[in-house]
Amino acid sequence: MLRVTWRNLVARKVRLLLSATAIVLGVAFVAGSFIFTDSLGGAFDDIIEGSTADVEIAYQGANDFGAGQDTRTMPASVVKDLEALPEVGSVHPQNNLQSVYVIGKDGKVVGGNGPPGLAANASGATSLTGRPILTVAEGRLPGAPYEIALDVDTAEKADYQIGDTVELATPGKPPVLEAELTGLVEFGNGSGLNGATLTLFDKTFMQDQFFGGRDVYGSISLNAADGVSQEQLRAAAQKVLPPGVVARTGDEFVKTNQDALGDILGFIQTFLLVFAGVSLVVGIFLIINTFSILVAQRSRELALLRTLGASRRQVTVSVVLEALAVGIVGSTVGLGVGYLLARGLAWVFGLLGLDLGKADFPVTWPTVFWSYVVGILVTVVASYLPARRASRIAPIQALRDDGSLPETALRRRLVVGTVLALLGVGSMVAGFSGDGSTGLSLLGLGMLLVLVGAALLSPIAAGPVIRLFSLPYRAFGSVGQLATQNSLRNPRRTAATASALMVGLALVAMMSVLGASAAASTDAAVRQNLTSQFIVSNVVQQPFSTDVAAQIRKVPGVSGVASFRSAIVELGGSSQQAGAVDPQEFARALALPLASGTLAALTDGTALVSKATADDLGLQVGDTTTMKMQGGEVRLEVAGVLSSAAAVPAGALVTFDTFDKGAIAPLDSLVFVNKEPGADTDTVRAAIEKITADLPTVTVKDPEGFAQEQKKQINQFLNLIYGLLLLSVVIAILGVVNTLGLSVIERTREIGLLRAIGMSRRQLRRMIRLESIVVAVFGALLGMALGLAFGAGLIYALRDQGLTDLAIPWLRLSLFVVAAGAVGVLAAYFPARRAARLDVLKAIATE
Amino acid sequence: MTRTMSAGPAARVAHLTKTYGTGDARVTALDDISLDLIAGEFTAIMGPSGSGKSTLMHCCAALDTGDSGSVYIGGADLAGMKDKALTALRRDEIGFVFQSFNLVPTLTARENILLPLSIAGRKPDRVWFDSVIATVDLASRLHHKPNELSGGQQQRVAVARALVARPTIVFADEPTGNLDSRSGAEVLGLLRDSVKNHGQTLVMVTHDPVAAAYTDRVVFLADGRVVQELRQPTRELILETMAAMTAGI
Repeated sequence: MLRVTWRNLVARKVRLLLSATAIVLGVAFVAGSFIFTDSLGGAFDDIIEGSTADVEIAYQGANDFGAGQDTRTMPASVVKDLEALPEVGSVHPQNNLQSVYVIGKDGKVVGGNGPPGLAANASGATSLTGRPILTVAEGRLPGAPYEIALDVDTAEKADYQIGDTVELATPGKPPVLEAELTGLVEFGNGSGLNGATLTLFDKTFMQDQFFGGRDVYGSISLNAADGVSQEQLRAAAQKVLPPGVVARTGDEFVKTNQDALGDILGFIQTFLLVFAGVSLVVGIFLIINTFSILVAQRSRELALLRTLGASRRQVTVSVVLEALAVGIVGSTVGLGVGYLLARGLAWVFGLLGLDLGKADFPVTWPTVFWSYVVGILVTVVASYLPARRASRIAPIQALRDDGSLPETALRRRLVVGTVLALLGVGSMVAGFSGDGSTGLSLLGLGMLLVLVGAALLSPIAAGPVIRLFSLPYRAFGSVGQLATQNSLRNPRRTAATASALMVGLALVAMMSVLGASAAASTDAAVRQNLTSQFIVSNVVQQPFSTDVAAQIRKVPGVSGVASFRSAIVELGGSSQQAGAVDPQEFARALALPLASGTLAALTDGTALVSKATADDLGLQVGDTTTMKMQGGEVRLEVAGVLSSAAAVPAGALVTFDTFDKGAIAPLDSLVFVNKEPGADTDTVRAAIEKITADLPTVTVKDPEGFAQEQKKQINQFLNLIYGLLLLSVVIAILGVVNTLGLSVIERTREIGLLRAIGMSRRQLRRMIRLESIVVAVFGALLGMALGLAFGAGLIYALRDQGLTDLAIPWLRLSLFVVAAGAVGVLAAYFPARRAARLDVLKAIATE
Repeated sequence: MTRTMSAGPAARVAHLTKTYGTGDARVTALDDISLDLIAGEFTAIMGPSGSGKSTLMHCCAALDTGDSGSVYIGGADLAGMKDKALTALRRDEIGFVFQSFNLVPTLTARENILLPLSIAGRKPDRVWFDSVIATVDLASRLHHKPNELSGGQQQRVAVARALVARPTIVFADEPTGNLDSRSGAEVLGLLRDSVKNHGQTLVMVTHDPVAAAYTDRVVFLADGRVVQELRQPTRELILETMAAMTAGI
């Protein structure tokens, strides 16, 4: 029996290879996701370990992972107290800044908008790895005002040499600072900064420039005296620290940061794995179809085995074993391709500023394990259904000429499909009302169920839809007619092939609807909310110096300037983006629609919350809630609830005073500018642009341009998703190739007959192409319909999150259908060629 | 005669009835048929198209089931057997030779012959295997694939496959139908030798009087019933009987 399995594998290797390709691609996606996130994690672990000393001291929350620029500082006397401790080997006080961007010789920000711009004074501390945190690679450290050192990579990217004058965009006053490059440093063990830039200042100059000339520090690193443990050092240091300041051991600090990093990496991994999952689902369709066809072609042989006394189990096992071999081969190759894919992902992220050029791409045991588990499980499970059908072939079929498989009743499909689809819709509805990851999981599960249900039901739709094709196909005469008939001959197979395409295209269509709706909602929000004439901002909302707003205020013709600051906070226990504004100025810049309360009611100690936040936390006007920021907690009374049409990138709006209490450094992320009614728009704009000209980090836009910029962001995100979905579409196309190829083999005799009675090779090729188009377009139409439904449902569910307008990109969707037709033509290439090349006599003689 | 009487039946059919279709399209394939297939004998089942000979064989070979009545193979009643028991029966007690050979195209001749044993998970009996190979005269073709063999050679492989597991009874369904007369004669000789030399019970469905003449006994079927029986038939005797039957209808 094993030998029969093995011989079949060898005899049908090309067919099985196509199935294996589906597994290869799916597993590659899984493996790639693992390898990429491992690589990312490793690269950041190196940075964390390489920058942590024996004990790290700062105000509670100030140097947490993800904390914004903090305003709290320690006086120099703390350094003295620490130096007096016998456990201390050396004290390394430091100031850190988060938004100091190096402007390259070409006038552009190094690394683009994305990677952080770090700045500090060189503290001289030694890291946990035993090496100095920073080593001078060339030149010397800055020792005077207007001197800086840069990390080697940044200097190279910016094209700066020692002695050059470097331009920096800083959060200070004025924002642009020019300094002489005195040295190049290397970070840690030479692992690099993953694309972040590091600028080093002289200690005193930094205090003068950014901390009002006070002799204060944001953080202090300690190296222990000989024989003193981290914990002993920490305990000793903690005793002399002012209240609110905490000392943490290096190990604890590293662990906390790595855990926080792990959460983010986990999110990235999950995100990628979702798309891997989509590819695998599509792959399952392909494998089920391939094995169904192979089993159908071998039904006589399988029946023979049954007459020779093979049990049902033996037949099932022989087919599943074949799948197992395909799964093992596919997983192995997939693992290798996954490694390349991880490198590709690193390249894509490199375009966004995350430079992993120096990172390792480790293939760990869990990666190998999961790749094989997923690959083998998917193949074996997918082959099980066809295998079970194979086992139901009656032995007597070996004696009959038509070796057809027992057909399962369409009615059972109808029932199962409908039940699955309904369950899916239910799960989606539950997901809409649920929150966070549970809601998302339910939503995803619901979509999967609906897709599988639709796939089961699709053979029923195949008939009517395909008959629609017979109309335009009349133009091709009998060739067109034969093509339609052929696709109708086995609606199950046509539908299964189309379903694979349906899955990918449903998601593509859904994302298109989401994207178009997000763009339309942005337009509407900007049109309805914005009453200011200009917006100064950074594309990715990185914060910039408040001096920009201060200077704009002085421009003649400007009547109002409203700053918007933003920070990640915890509100009522859930993480939120919060914004801080001056209510009076803000009211002039935006006409914010409120569901209850007024913008004027926003005072120190109160907050306006978004509709979604109010719903999630059950807040009403007059309730109090707690906002937890890096510097501490603040109790706030809800002064109003924004309506869902309010275009503010925040779950809660507070006053600057609240952010100050939370020790969030004053940095603007958006500045709205109103001009006097009589002032000339172009003149005012030109004056503002003059202020921002030296700062490549920010630009001046009118509302229209502001909306455009946001829509560009949406489109970039959409393109990323399209890219990730592409793999599943590729697998589906392989499925079309495979099905067509197998049906050409099945119909060898018939094709020979057609050729014998005078059909030309051209006509034959055309017939196969037309069939392929039918399948592809049918799949695309199914996908579009489902995608539209998913998209509309999502928009309805997200209406409180600012997605107010449902827009359906009809043109784009029709282009997808046309593209699917083109894909059909491509997919038919090899099967059509094979059919056309068949030797007529041999084809007819084929049994 | 004495030998067959002492041996008793290898398979027995008792009051077997089978109909296809319903209403006007109702066809009675087997009509209360009873028959003993005697161990160690070569039996031919003959009859015109639609006489029920194929259905009878399928029912005897556990490939099909009747509506009523019983089929016994080596004393076991097939009626009421589940798929598992039927599978075991086919594997251990029954051998098959098909009109269209039905070899597994991806396996060599040797592998095809050993397939039933491999399915059953049994080791081939070396001596028996060699004697079967010698009988079917295939020693030089054992490592060829079916498509490298002639029709006669393929059918000899199929016969070897049916014999190798030493089944209680071997069924042959028009084994010479796809062969020229010389190859056909070879295969028939082979079948007869296996009965003579090894005491194999063999049942063959055929409509060829020449083929039927190789057997010990010919059972004639018409309309699902046994209408005639010949012992030690000759070609002439068979032709006469057939002519008489046609005239009778």
